[in-house]
Amino acid sequence: MGWTIMRFMLLFSRQGKLRLQKWSVALSEKDRRKVVKELVSLTRHILSCKVLPWQTLILNYLYASLYFCCAVESPDNELLTLEIIHRYVELLDKYFGSVCELDIIFNFEKAYFILDEFLLGGEVQETSKKDVLKAIEESDLLQEVSG
Amino acid sequence: MPAPIRLRELIRTIRTARTQAEERAIIQKECALIRSAFREEDSTFRCRNVAKLLYMHMLGYPAHFGQLECLKLIASQRFTDKRIGYLGAMLLLDERQDVHLLMTNCIKNDLNHNTQYVQGLALCTLGSMGSAEMCRDLAGEVERLLKSSNSYIRKKAALCAVHIIRKVPELMEMFLPATRNLLGEKNHGVLHTAAVLITDMCERSPDTLSHFRKLVPQLVRILKNLIMSGYSPEHDVSGISDPFLQVRILRLLRILGKNDDEASEAMNDILAQVATNTETSKNVGNAILYETVLTIMDIKSESGLRVLAVNILGRFLLNNDKNIRYVALTSLLKTVQTDHNAVQRHRSTIVDCLKDADVSIKRRAMELSFALVNASNVRGMMKELLHFLDSCEVEFKSDCASGIFLAAEKYAPTKRWHIDTMMRVLTTAGSYVRDETVPNLILLITNTSQLHCYTVQRLFKAIQEDISQRQAEQDVSEAEEPAQRREHDSIKQPLVQVSAWCVGEYGDLLLSGSCDEDEPLQVTEEEVLDVLESMLQSNMSSSITRGYALTALMKLSTRFGSTVDRIKRVVSIYGSSIDVELQQRAVEYNALFKKFDHMRPALLERMPIMEKSSSNGLTEVAETNGEAEPIERAPVAAPTPSTNEVSDLLDLLGGNEDAPSQPRGPSAPAGDLLTLLDGLDIQAPVLGTASTPQPQTFLLDSLASIPSDAFNNAHPAIPPIVAYEKGGLRIDFSFERSNTNPNVTVITLHASNSTDADVSDFVFQAAVPKTFQLQLLSPSSNMVPAKNSGGISQVIKVLNPQKQQLRMRLRLTYTHRGTSMQEIGEVNNFPPQSWQ
Repeated sequence: MGWTIMRFMLLFSRQGKLRLQKWSVALSEKDRRKVVKELVSLTRHILSCKVLPWQTLILNYLYASLYFCCAVESPDNELLTLEIIHRYVELLDKYFGSVCELDIIFNFEKAYFILDEFLLGGEVQETSKKDVLKAIEESDLLQEVSG
Repeated sequence: MPAPIRLRELIRTIRTARTQAEERAIIQKECALIRSAFREEDSTFRCRNVAKLLYMHMLGYPAHFGQLECLKLIASQRFTDKRIGYLGAMLLLDERQDVHLLMTNCIKNDLNHNTQYVQGLALCTLGSMGSAEMCRDLAGEVERLLKSSNSYIRKKAALCAVHIIRKVPELMEMFLPATRNLLGEKNHGVLHTAAVLITDMCERSPDTLSHFRKLVPQLVRILKNLIMSGYSPEHDVSGISDPFLQVRILRLLRILGKNDDEASEAMNDILAQVATNTETSKNVGNAILYETVLTIMDIKSESGLRVLAVNILGRFLLNNDKNIRYVALTSLLKTVQTDHNAVQRHRSTIVDCLKDADVSIKRRAMELSFALVNASNVRGMMKELLHFLDSCEVEFKSDCASGIFLAAEKYAPTKRWHIDTMMRVLTTAGSYVRDETVPNLILLITNTSQLHCYTVQRLFKAIQEDISQRQAEQDVSEAEEPAQRREHDSIKQPLVQVSAWCVGEYGDLLLSGSCDEDEPLQVTEEEVLDVLESMLQSNMSSSITRGYALTALMKLSTRFGSTVDRIKRVVSIYGSSIDVELQQRAVEYNALFKKFDHMRPALLERMPIMEKSSSNGLTEVAETNGEAEPIERAPVAAPTPSTNEVSDLLDLLGGNEDAPSQPRGPSAPAGDLLTLLDGLDIQAPVLGTASTPQPQTFLLDSLASIPSDAFNNAHPAIPPIVAYEKGGLRIDFSFERSNTNPNVTVITLHASNSTDADVSDFVFQAAVPKTFQLQLLSPSSNMVPAKNSGGISQVIKVLNPQKQQLRMRLRLTYTHRGTSMQEIGEVNNFPPQSWQ
């Protein structure tokens, strides 16, 4: 069926080190590792944003040397998926203040939390930048307060 | 025990490792510490330890021993614990493991938590990885939350519902009521997730689809507001308001408008508005336009709107971003059938894409180009595509060549252009041409009788050039690496095969040299044989190619005058070839020379027009066949019966009951043929005349240049008979049974004339009873010289599936001593072996 879900989103460094993995399809640990390995080797050397014919994959190259790799179902709108990636980068940028790879490394759980306020099950849940960031801020506050 | 190190510190430590081994050591040490902490049920630092474990897991190290710890964290009351716990669950657990079911209760509790962020965590986890069982258990809670007044919760519940329905489709029903109200919200998050949910439901159930169709006006309004509203910073992307929501609504509209006139009508205006007003300078605008185009194409939009959509795609083709170009080509390919004219307008842009650097774009452009070829643009398009064929990547060449052949076949403006195009493809991409095209080309050439001379000359020239080029390459490659050599060795088998076939068929035209070409070739028999022999000898020729060459040689034995001995020699050499196929042919051809020399001319005469029994059902209309010689020599007689009036004897579909063919000679009225058959006790006439109506494939099989079928070494020789003898004119029948088809008898007739005056305009016609089928091949001539100084041979093939006794009526028409004659005879003395 033409379900337009994002199957997964991966972030990895230029050296191929995984920094984030978000799966919205059920795959075993073994299969996940396999996919990651395949994609890392496939996309590592591509410098520009490209739609690759591996189950339609989109790749973006973040200025902070991180690859954002998304797999979408093929009848999806690839151009919009690009916008989704842009939005996520913007959110990270706003949160960390000029985000760089180190931020993602040392605060990987935050990167996940932000993603979880933006996407759910591979779909966009909130289109307002402000609202996503507000939710994160308040959650962080709650974390501090509750210990 | 000291407090476990913090997450950040661990990360720092790991990053100091200079080798993989060092890293592994650090991690193993830390994991050991974490394990003991888990064993001690330490809850203070559980969160920290799990976080560290998650980091190490991301580096690729096993972390399964932390799964239960995640569950404990989820159950904790501390928000920090829950946050990490749920994250850990999503990373370490998957629904295949039973352990995840232990979460169910926790999630249920958290769904009802009084803190929305806790509820959010639960909804998120359930919506990302909930198993079918969990979904069943918790669907009710989610449904309740879908009705919440808190939009933060509502939007998450909506996407959670999407996941639940995917896992357990039967549960869709229960979400319907709550879903209906979602679109009333102002909150964009809710609107967006509502659109996702409704779309999913509509895709699953046609009933739900019709139910939600009434939402179209509301959706149109929402979209309109988005476009018209002023700048809203929180939703803005490069000047466009909430593109995510716009796209989602467009997509939902697409599903609702499909196959529905009313719905499509209602969205027409807004689609036009979006299509014309959206900024195209950035990717975001193009994303919306793309979705708009997809929607316009799928619904029942009016033609103006469709043209608008195609034009958007045309503009995309000019975009610098290759993703956009690729996406446009893909969409155009989908619409080229339905909106052909609109797409045609962008033909030149599409053709330009053939020169793109990106391989996937080139492929799309090629497919689209072929789809756009029509009768009026075929010359220009073929030029571009041939150019593309020259320079494209190897992976395209086969498809491109096939595409060119197909297009040429459909739209060739002239026969000559068609043949030229074919030859161009053969010579430039010959080694990539698919094997199936060889018979098709041969068919084309055969059926273009007026160009036989031209074709064979050009092919011969091409073959000569190819040979000399390969010779040069061989000299070069001898000094090269084997890998490089393989490149050069790609002999153009299809080219060689087609050329061999033509040279064999029309070799005589090669010699005569005259055709309205600029520079007709001057070629000798020896030179032609040189070429064929080199084909045979080259170790790059495939077995099939050699077969073609050998048969071609054989055919030339009847077309060439002075080199028959050479041909005999070559053929006899191959009688001991290792290649079994070749050997068999050679042996049989040898036999032809030795024992059946009188049959040789008849067997090896020109191929008749062939019907194309192709899978796409194309049938060529039978033109007047290639009987150039007999017809030309005949003075102005009545029109040849070989025209389409001949009842199609071999029409498998039951035969043509139309009027029988007009006989040659003015004296015979049409009805006469019917009387010819009186007494033969048959209902409808089954006529055979000296022509070549569309031959059936079964006969074509035995016709195909393997005369071995005509030879029947297994059966004893069947005695010949005298079929007719009167007034000095005598007709002998000799028989062979087909090896491949036991129902086929091949009769060779030989007409001779013992009088002292020639018999001219001789035409032999025959009729057989209905259960038989007859095919008459062209006679060797229509003049029977006087005093038995020569004769006419002609081959008749009879199909006798019911193994009935063969009987035949003959009608002979001819001119003798200035008088037109017509004789009728009956043949009843067929030997039993000829039909049993």
